[in-house]
Amino acid sequence: MIPGNFEYHAAQSVDEVISLLAEHGENGKLLAGGHSLLPMMKLRFAEPAHLIDINRIADLRGIREEGNNIVIGPMTTENALIESDLLARRCPILPEVARMIADPQVRNRGTIGGDALHGDPGNDHPAVLMALEAEFIIRNGKGERREPANGFYIGPYLTKLAEDDLVTAIRIPLPADGHGHAYAKFKRKTGDYATAATCCLLEMDGDSCRRARLTLTNVGPTPLRAEDAEDLLTGKTIDAGLIEQAAQAAMSICEPSGDLRGSPEYKTHMAGEMTRRAIKTALERARGA
Amino acid sequence: MAKHAITLNVNGQKMDVAVDSRELLVHTLRERLRLTGAHIGCETSHCGCCTVDIDGASVKSCTVLAAQCDGAEILTVEGLAGADGLDPVQEGFFQEHGLQCGFCTTGMMVRAWRLLRENPNPSEEEIRQGMAGNLCRCTGYQNIVRAVQYASAKMREDQTAATE
Repeated sequence: MIPGNFEYHAAQSVDEVISLLAEHGENGKLLAGGHSLLPMMKLRFAEPAHLIDINRIADLRGIREEGNNIVIGPMTTENALIESDLLARRCPILPEVARMIADPQVRNRGTIGGDALHGDPGNDHPAVLMALEAEFIIRNGKGERREPANGFYIGPYLTKLAEDDLVTAIRIPLPADGHGHAYAKFKRKTGDYATAATCCLLEMDGDSCRRARLTLTNVGPTPLRAEDAEDLLTGKTIDAGLIEQAAQAAMSICEPSGDLRGSPEYKTHMAGEMTRRAIKTALERARGA
Repeated sequence: MAKHAITLNVNGQKMDVAVDSRELLVHTLRERLRLTGAHIGCETSHCGCCTVDIDGASVKSCTVLAAQCDGAEILTVEGLAGADGLDPVQEGFFQEHGLQCGFCTTGMMVRAWRLLRENPNPSEEEIRQGMAGNLCRCTGYQNIVRAVQYASAKMREDQTAATE
């Protein structure tokens, strides 16, 4: 299988990408790691006339602390997230989720931006970035703007990105010291998308939960934020009964479609179980910290 | 569509080649450079049979455009054996019967070669995780793990001998 014909552009700078997008955005696609786009092009699910390769632009890679934020270049690979000392110390949910994506070879090419911006509801980073309250820094010919991850995902493969937009950075407010984190992902085999997955971030005041974030992957047309479940945990001492209530609240917002990974009922059930596990693990880690 | 003139450094040898925009690296290697060690299996970046080493990292060559690799250092299975014989990884697959039909073997070996540079003394669990992007349809995984363990031990032995 070989993709259809296209014009290949190896962009050398952000400015060059912006002008290429202004010219070809309508019939063009950005090429990040290519491990979603190239397979789609082989199957003719995507047939861009212009492919703008952004792999050679160093400015779009890297992980740094900037004031009260962590700033990650969208072209940072999954393996770079896994190897980052900064993330291991300050934002360990990102290496945790990266380890559950695909396999070693694919993680050498696949990028956080490609995963987060493609709009595939099966991708894992979107739910995690929503829980982290990340925002995307976006440039086009008209200037720069920011879009929060919450509200960014509109439908399958549909986001707030326009055809001429380039995400130049992902900005994540530094999670509180001692926060608990967990990404519980149920998958059939290595490299598979989630049958269901839950991200949980907890900040605690002693035994009481000060702040909770719960988001779900692949159990709806977009990643889902389980706000009712978050509210149930906030201000309370989290015990088994409360975890069960939160899991039920998370299940109540699921609307997965049935496919080879299972029926809607099964996937919803697994989302509940992943939610229980994510809360338990995040709680243990917050207490251990 | 215009051809792209690119230079690939394959197994230590500089090669100039003209490629189409849509040409995948695995096809350039196999059809233009006649290096048929990287196999075409699933063509969807799952099976790992097309694994090669690009600029120090394992990559599935069915999911990279050749045009993206201009200037890259590429290692294929053809480059594993040196003047003094088989690479320890190849020796491991031979000694431990790490192959049955052999189709996945080239990708397995190129991946194992890089894994042992990332982690020279991996545990069994680390080998299984590190080789997770390579599938064997004969399901000969036990012996593949043993082959990597053999290579790891051999490489450490060789290193000790060299420093003594």
